Amino acid sequence: MIDGPALWLFIAALGLGTFGLRFVFLGLIGNRPLPAWLLRHLRYTAVAVLPGLVAPLVVWPAATGGTLDAPRMAAALVTLGIGYWLHNVILAIAAGALTLFAGLALIG
Amino acid sequence: MPRQTTNSPYWQGVRDGAPFILVIVPFSLLFGVVGTEAGLHIAETMAFSVLVIAGAAQFAALQLLTDNAPTLIALVSALAVNLRMAMYSASLTPWLGGAPLWQRAVAAYFTVDQSYACAVVKFEDRPDWSVPERMAYFFGVVTPICPLWYVFTLVGALVGSAMPSGLPLDFALPITFLAMIGPMLRTPAHVVAALTSVTLALVLAGLPWNLGLLLAGIAGMVTGAQAEVLIERHQTREHT
Repeated sequence: MIDGPALWLFIAALGLGTFGLRFVFLGLIGNRPLPAWLLRHLRYTAVAVLPGLVAPLVVWPAATGGTLDAPRMAAALVTLGIGYWLHNVILAIAAGALTLFAGLALIG
Repeated sequence: MPRQTTNSPYWQGVRDGAPFILVIVPFSLLFGVVGTEAGLHIAETMAFSVLVIAGAAQFAALQLLTDNAPTLIALVSALAVNLRMAMYSASLTPWLGGAPLWQRAVAAYFTVDQSYACAVVKFEDRPDWSVPERMAYFFGVVTPICPLWYVFTLVGALVGSAMPSGLPLDFALPITFLAMIGPMLRTPAHVVAALTSVTLALVLAGLPWNLGLLLAGIAGMVTGAQAEVLIERHQTREHT
């Protein structure tokens, strides 16, 4: 593994690059009006990115070496369901964590 | 200046950000531990958390470096994990674009999954808010999250492998994201966008550099926007 100045250069480059990605639109476009079609797409950014980010983690959990796992799947469904119906993030996290612990205690 | 009552946008943000402490603490702790175990000095581990401040990319970068991947590949892969931040940046622009440049730069630095997700939901809920109120809310969400990210990276780096290994921490991230997604599914268009994203992310999971997620994200956005147009057209037809 790289270390010393090479590692510092790597961390700095990753930090700068990540900031660039975060700044590119918010910083450079600012208050200029965006076309309606683009705004309509941007409204769905969160709901189009986060589920795709989570899906592989739920279906192929790293902790089980990538095999589908009943306690984790149950916890995922309970979390999503509570979040959807009650609109309460804390309750959803708590219910999901409890389901996971209960599931792992029962099975694992 | 926004009024500093407990119901000001800033404090609403603090309250909405607070639940994520449950995730941020174990995750940053874990990153600190993994960093120390990989042979990083405390200053180097801290530099990751302060300069990059993006958990998934930090873990990906560290993993690739310890696997002795070529440095440039490790860099590009970790940045690809963060490509979604550019989408968040674009999505926040209509709401925060009117703020002064320095505030936008600071907000950009603090654009993480949690602050972004809370902000878009709240901003759509409160279209009456001014730009300063939105900024105050955004920084409110960040307040309980980001300082703890630094602090617990440090704690993890210091305690190292003294952490109990039996905790199912691997699933803390999926659970918090799912908890955030639930309330976002407000219309059929949002549901369709999410289903498209999930399907494509799973089908395209084999693509290198996290490209599958990027494509799934773009496809989800297009599907959501198209569904919105179709639903609106349908409703106007019913009303006329």
